[in-house]
Amino acid sequence: MNKYNVIGGFGISMGYTLLYLSLIVIIPLSTVLLSAMSMSWGDFLATVLDRRALLSYKVTILASLTAAFVNLIIGFIMAWVLTRYEFWGKSIINAAVDLPFALPTAVAGITLTALYAESGWIGSILAKFGIKVIFTQTGIALALIFITFPFVVRTVQPALEELESELEEAAASLGASRIQTLTKVIFPIIAPSLITGFALAFARGLGEYGSVIFISGNMPFKTEITPLLIITKLEQFNYAAANALALMTLLTAFTVLFLLGVLKKFIRREQ
Amino acid sequence: MRKLLKPFLTIAVLFALPLTLLAKDITLLNVSYDPTRELYEEFNKAFAVYWKAKTGDNVTIKQSHGGSGKQARSVIDGLEVDVVTLALAYDIDAIHDNGNLLPADWQKRFKSNSSPYTSTIVFLVRKDNPKGIKDWNDLIKPGVAVITPNPKTSGGARWNYLAAWAYALEHKQNPQEFVKALYKNVPVLDSGARGATTTFVERGIGDVFLSWENEAFLVLNELGKDKFEIVVPSLSILAEPPVAVVDKVVDKRGTRDVATAYLNYLYTVDGQRIAAQNYYRPRDKKALDAYGKFFVKTKLVTVDKTFGGWRKAQKTHFDDGGTFDQIYGK
Repeated sequence: MNKYNVIGGFGISMGYTLLYLSLIVIIPLSTVLLSAMSMSWGDFLATVLDRRALLSYKVTILASLTAAFVNLIIGFIMAWVLTRYEFWGKSIINAAVDLPFALPTAVAGITLTALYAESGWIGSILAKFGIKVIFTQTGIALALIFITFPFVVRTVQPALEELESELEEAAASLGASRIQTLTKVIFPIIAPSLITGFALAFARGLGEYGSVIFISGNMPFKTEITPLLIITKLEQFNYAAANALALMTLLTAFTVLFLLGVLKKFIRREQ
Repeated sequence: MRKLLKPFLTIAVLFALPLTLLAKDITLLNVSYDPTRELYEEFNKAFAVYWKAKTGDNVTIKQSHGGSGKQARSVIDGLEVDVVTLALAYDIDAIHDNGNLLPADWQKRFKSNSSPYTSTIVFLVRKDNPKGIKDWNDLIKPGVAVITPNPKTSGGARWNYLAAWAYALEHKQNPQEFVKALYKNVPVLDSGARGATTTFVERGIGDVFLSWENEAFLVLNELGKDKFEIVVPSLSILAEPPVAVVDKVVDKRGTRDVATAYLNYLYTVDGQRIAAQNYYRPRDKKALDAYGKFFVKTKLVTVDKTFGGWRKAQKTHFDDGGTFDQIYGK
């Protein structure tokens, strides 16, 4: 490795990276695995394959996917506007994008619930059309869209900034239509960042607790998310079962992050 | 010079030592649940004055509040707590079961089941009671929306559930069917009591809110008697929030005497008065008559008599696969 870099020190920096990653991420997460392993195999399966648990995965994964998809589209448009155009108030919008990260998630949950309740500003309008948001899966997705909003914008923005508009102009001068420029020139280049943003948003959505419990109504089998089920197990002092469910969440997130990582590599090789 | 300094130091130490022994600075940590914050702020001041007068020591009591189960878990996980004052005996049982920090018979160590004050579950309804809710059987009528938190994550919600169950038993109805019908009318299961209060009070959702009596009085005082009313059902449950000294910690820190005195002080006239003024029903009859005129008398069943104690109640009703899960099952 050393010969590829004018500054050496691979050994020491790699050692440091591994030590730090172990202390901060891997060791804490492996205790989840260890605690889950204190159960017998049968108990573990009974816990993670329980009907209530299965339905909670469904709710959690569906809402996280929906939120990630919505943010993929809106986030791309937003990043495009912020990098390609100059307009008044741009820096304000740019700063506002990150605000969901700064807000305690419970505050987000309470605020959204207040807005979308039938007595709230938006909820009262939606109610006229018979649309119910709070205490439904739509509400959960909404909370997750809010929480994970900055991910796609912030990962796509640098890629778009690097992509010089000369490339688009060249494509246009060679006779490409606008759609062709978009699909043949722009998307292949920013696809890896889009995927990264999507993956981060999805993984973050899986673990979100604070904002969701306020807006979801927590009805068993209907709007119960996996993190709530984990807390429920903890309330019964059932640490092993809680960690078994946590392990499932971790595995789901890891699988998705891993697969999307492979996809990203594949796209890069294609180019 | 050295030789001169030595006796001087000895004298200084000899003088300083008894002085520090005379007026010790003691800190205690009381880990409690959410709605007792105001109660203990007042009580801690009163106890500090009492202890100073009795022993000359300065005692500072630190408070920690949160969900009762969560608080119990911090104690199990090693938070150094001298006394716990939680919402349910079950949570203190868990401290015995999972950490062995106090003996199994902890509840026998203080008077009245180690519960110096009690509370009960009442209904909070909107002003003028538009749905005419008087008793538990009104809660299972179609079109009535009931707000109560999730018994799996909220200690208070377990009292609500058991109170409804006890009412059905008393009226010779199938309790499980009754409670199932009641939960059919529950549109949202908040994870904690304060969240459920918000849903009912701020969000305007639901017709009736099953609430701790002291919480209901707080809502009335803080948000206005022009918006809500308290309805006391014909039967409810005697909620006994228990207190205990955490043996392992007080022995390590040498605070057993003061911690025990602290909890005993809850049973004195002073302690009982403070409890009543914070809307907890005092155990002492005299204090109840003197300071608790606003408490409506109603029939109160106990967990021990009706449900065979908290361990049994927890196992039958709230553990995985219990009656609460069956309600939402197929």
